[in-house]
Amino acid sequence: MAEPVTSSNPGRYAIGSAATAERPITRIILMSVAFAFLAIFLVMPLVIVFTEAFSRGLAPFWENLADPDTLSAIRLTLIVAAISVPLNLVFGVAAAWAIAKFEFKGKAFLITLIDLPFSVSPVISGLVYVLLFGSTSLLGPWLKMHGIVILFAVPGIVLATVFVTFPFVARELIPLMQEQGTGDEEAALSLGANGWQTFWFVTLPNIKWGLLYGVLLCNARAMGEFGAVSVVSGHIRGVTNTMPLHVEILYNEYNAVGAFAVASLLAGLALVTLVLKTLLEMRYGEELAATRGH
Amino acid sequence: MEVRVSNVRKEFATFPALHDVSLDIKSGELIALLGPSGSGKTTLLRLIAGLEEPTRGQIYFGEQDASHRSIQERNVGFVFQHYALFRHMTVADNIGFGLKVRPGATRPSKAEIRRRATELLNLVQLPGLENRYPAQLSGGQRQRVALARAMAIEPKVLLLDEPFGALDAQVRRELRRWLREIHDTTGHTTVFVTHDQEEALELADRVVVMSQGRIEQVGTADDVYDHPKSPFVYGFIGDSSTLPVKVENSQLWVSDRPIGLSITDEPDGPATLYFRPHEVDLLDDCGGCIAGTVVASRRVAGTRRVELEIGGARERVEIELPIEHPAAQKSRIAFRPRRWRVFPSA
Repeated sequence: MAEPVTSSNPGRYAIGSAATAERPITRIILMSVAFAFLAIFLVMPLVIVFTEAFSRGLAPFWENLADPDTLSAIRLTLIVAAISVPLNLVFGVAAAWAIAKFEFKGKAFLITLIDLPFSVSPVISGLVYVLLFGSTSLLGPWLKMHGIVILFAVPGIVLATVFVTFPFVARELIPLMQEQGTGDEEAALSLGANGWQTFWFVTLPNIKWGLLYGVLLCNARAMGEFGAVSVVSGHIRGVTNTMPLHVEILYNEYNAVGAFAVASLLAGLALVTLVLKTLLEMRYGEELAATRGH
Repeated sequence: MEVRVSNVRKEFATFPALHDVSLDIKSGELIALLGPSGSGKTTLLRLIAGLEEPTRGQIYFGEQDASHRSIQERNVGFVFQHYALFRHMTVADNIGFGLKVRPGATRPSKAEIRRRATELLNLVQLPGLENRYPAQLSGGQRQRVALARAMAIEPKVLLLDEPFGALDAQVRRELRRWLREIHDTTGHTTVFVTHDQEEALELADRVVVMSQGRIEQVGTADDVYDHPKSPFVYGFIGDSSTLPVKVENSQLWVSDRPIGLSITDEPDGPATLYFRPHEVDLLDDCGGCIAGTVVASRRVAGTRRVELEIGGARERVEIELPIEHPAAQKSRIAFRPRRWRVFPSA
């Protein structure tokens, strides 16, 4: 257990062994298919986003980004991410801790629940909040009486985003913490550390790279979420529009440069995320969990 | 510190891991919990540490009932089978951890913690390794660091869970001797868990033999080896041979022949004879003995082990012969155990 983990991927060294090697022609065909697929479905759209954004030069690009409604959408997206990512960090660590380090009834059920946002269509998750907090819902009159606005406002957008991005941190940490077991924590407790000290000095350093990885993915999704947010936001320009929603509005108004300018920011975010993710995997792949489901 | 385990029962879910176990550990004693896997020895150790709570019964530290105290309050040094060293901390930080997490008033200064770590590293014979990380150490070195870390908090009791279980035979033997020396120097009350009888017999002042959640016997190495109290202990500690016998008129019988062993405190009926394969007398003429035909013979280090098929009963027993004994296949050998015990058949 404490022995240094050499490789979590036993298949890595099988590549090139004579028995499993394909004939050259097969290999070329397989690789061409993969590359062609990537080019058509990933690289070309990305290139188009940037060429369209800069199609009329740099000045219109900046002009569109400097538009007050666009700036407001960027601000709102950052605010939503700034609230929902830390929340999910705390929820995710708590849930992973509970699942990995304790035995209790209903554990399998809890794991299923954590995965729910992955399996439910984002539009449905948004709709659930409409049904829950909308004016015709059970809670609606009460909320109205107390002057609490959730739907078509920032709280609703945050709630929908939190729901959709909940699994990222938890899913990343559960296998990691399960693999590490409770030995280190027991050692810390036996040395007199209290619960908080044990978490801060022992558990957290053990999971920090997995945690960072989860936060990174969580953040990317929080900023990019469209479906769930679209349902609860109300699309009020300059007030409840996030970047993905703003892209759609601009595009529907035939403002291609504007739409692609904002889209290029999101694409840039995706690229930065991708680079950071790759760096993390390269350096700390062995400390990260083996499950790469996303 | 004396430790008293009093009528402790431990259930996991509804499965009982320990049944009504009682044990007195004297202050300064080095004691081994020995048993096969599933015997409850690790559970007992974890109960003493406070890593588990007893379902029933009490655990006393000295005069105080510690049963429901947390592990932090019990002040025990625990050494884990897989070391459980903090991999992101240096050796010195690992050893100093227990001092660093103390509340402000009792926490030594950083320089003092460092000094203590160095001192303990010298005690465990690893001077100069303060700034290494656990991954840079060998298994044996890691276990020494783990022990130094446990001793840094000046524990009342040292508890070791299969401390040498993950090491190879050579290092095991070396660390065994070393642990005995450390114990004699520091005088900690020490309890360790092992499934290796050689380790337990060689190292411990007293051995607690456990099986299926119960204590079978507590005693010195001589006690448990020479005077096993149960068939389990006879079979588990050292080599033993068994032979089904019958008790009748204070005599032992093997398939209607008396074997020249008399017994008074056993009722008539079927029973099992236990003896050590090397504690037998070879006889020339058989007027009351166990006689059998050699069916297999193996050379084991300085002796020869032969398997005998006994009479009509077709039972097989193993005995040890001197190397020069001319035991050949099919030859007939008669013997009588020098030291033996009979347990009634279950």
